[in-house]
Amino acid sequence: MGKTLFDKVWDSHVVDQIENGPQILYIDKHLIHEVTSPQAFAELNARKIPVFRPKQILATADHNTPTKDQHLPVKDLLSRKQLKQLAENCEANDIEFYGLGHKYNGIVHVIGPELGVTQPGMTIVCGDSHTSTHGAFGSIAFGIGTSQVAQVFASQCLLLKKPKKLRVTVNGKLKTGVLPKDVILYIIAKLGTNSGTGYFCEYAGEVFENMSMEGRMTVCNMSIEMGARGGMIAPDETTFEYVKDREFAPKGEEWDKKLVYWKSLPTDNDAIFDQEYEFDGADIKPMITYGTNPGMGMKINEEIPALEDASFEKSLEYMGFKKGQSLLEQPINWVFIGSCTNSRIEDFRVAADYIKGKQKANNVNALIVPGSQQVAQQIIKEGLSTIFTEAGFELRQPGCSACLAMNDDKIPEGEYCVSTSNRNFEGRQGQGARTILASPLVAAATAIEGKIIDITKHLN
Amino acid sequence: MEKFVKMVSTAIPLSIENIDTDQIIPARFLKATDKAGFGDNVFRDWRFHKDGSVNKDFILNDETYKGSILVAGDNFGCGSSREHAAWALAGYGLKAVISSFFADIFKGNALNNGILPIQVSPDILKSIMTTVTENPNTEISIDLQNQQLHLVNTDIKSTFDIDPYKKLCLINGYDDIDYLISNKEKIEAFEASRV
Ligand code: SF4
Repeated sequence: MGKTLFDKVWDSHVVDQIENGPQILYIDKHLIHEVTSPQAFAELNARKIPVFRPKQILATADHNTPTKDQHLPVKDLLSRKQLKQLAENCEANDIEFYGLGHKYNGIVHVIGPELGVTQPGMTIVCGDSHTSTHGAFGSIAFGIGTSQVAQVFASQCLLLKKPKKLRVTVNGKLKTGVLPKDVILYIIAKLGTNSGTGYFCEYAGEVFENMSMEGRMTVCNMSIEMGARGGMIAPDETTFEYVKDREFAPKGEEWDKKLVYWKSLPTDNDAIFDQEYEFDGADIKPMITYGTNPGMGMKINEEIPALEDASFEKSLEYMGFKKGQSLLEQPINWVFIGSCTNSRIEDFRVAADYIKGKQKANNVNALIVPGSQQVAQQIIKEGLSTIFTEAGFELRQPGCSACLAMNDDKIPEGEYCVSTSNRNFEGRQGQGARTILASPLVAAATAIEGKIIDITKHLN
Repeated sequence: MEKFVKMVSTAIPLSIENIDTDQIIPARFLKATDKAGFGDNVFRDWRFHKDGSVNKDFILNDETYKGSILVAGDNFGCGSSREHAAWALAGYGLKAVISSFFADIFKGNALNNGILPIQVSPDILKSIMTTVTENPNTEISIDLQNQQLHLVNTDIKSTFDIDPYKKLCLINGYDDIDYLISNKEKIEAFEASRV
């Protein structure tokens, strides 16, 4: 029987199988950040265990960093302490660290790929559930808890049971204005937030084959929102083209060798999945969410469904919406374009293209937060920064920002924010904040109009 | 890690589905660099109003319900991988969570912190939820060795699954780090074999 992409990568990383128990899985790359690593370092220190393979770890500061005045000391004392702790831990353990102000600093899931650290066929972990992003390259990448961060520090391995395999196939052609974000919001709305639990998901079909690497990352990023540990897309020419010549990408002979291996990774024709779903790309429209989990999404011109369910009703109450309501014309005061889902250069090109020559509505606060220093530089280089500032958008410095509101970038209580991030949980963007997830195009259009519009009518 | 063998306790019924780890412990409390103190902020935004006053309507603030077992709606622990959620539940004094479904990462995090996630069928969950809600003195007995759960003085009982390795760890209070380090030679051999 043939093997899936997932099988091939997983099986080649198994160090050992414990009888009646989990496998020991070898981890190639371990990404860390300030929030989920301190207790793991402390654990190792307390037990006097050294970090086993420091060269396979990369650290960045992103979750609670400010997006203004990054050259000044961080104002929030607890954040400052946590960032300092990470710097010290990296220093003490000989771990590469891209702190605030470093030219490679940025959101962990943006910098890994852009530096060529993320490569096909790898196993990659990070104490962050959106590590699934890196699966866009055909690697097995998933989020782990802090105890597991400590395990990888100590042994470069994890004890795991092999997940089941799921494939989501989307064929056909996407309509104008339908972005990768819409594709994944559509899939999650169809399948629900726990359909993927216990599975690793492969995305296959024409829609993903024709997608850019940035788009594939957006899709894989949200795999966790349907419960899947990770998502993967088979590496192809688009992947190789993206990785080639990046800072840490293999070079010369090493590259040729790797390429042969990478080309052997795609799922065999006769491989079998535990679960399969198929959708038609032509059915997808620009999407928005109306509730408090990413599965509560709909096409932008649809109406909120009328489910009789206490949790569903609690969610609508939090959002201030009613069953059967359309969200078109809904006034919106906040727009956030950023987060590891949509803060790569392509996302800002889409937004800038729509915004160019227009002005944001007066009622709107519009935040543009690049995913990394490199993206921030590119925004300036391509002149997008001028478009944003002339249109009244606020261009900030890189970081997670209003995606989880650990820094000052919070949405006020009761206010609506159309956000390109990945979670619309209660309070995610600030206590009492109401989040509507959407693509960068829908977010840009909302900022210009000051309300949600049927974007499909404005495209030709 | 503390050993987990058997326990008997009353339970707190939290009949909400899809409880994500952002609710269990909101992001603004993740700035600590140690594991202590998270229990004070468990379900913070449900337990307290924004002005800091106690939300009397929330079940954790209802004196009627006490205990070290949480009974929660379907798909508990979805969302963020933050282990702080497990630390917060443990810090609050919880030792087991019963639901009809758990998110993957949360389940692993709970087990790594000595909290037992017990998955039961939706029907059993419903009867546990109803019984505990109607009769707050109902005790639940959990027997990890035999993987059994029983509502004392009722006929509601259920078996539950647990990974045999994880069960061994909980019963003996072992953790994965010890095991992995004891396998270092194999790991080094694996590295050498890959080139
Ligand atoms: S941008 Fe948001 S989802 Fe992504 S890593 Fe940061 S906090 Fe997590």
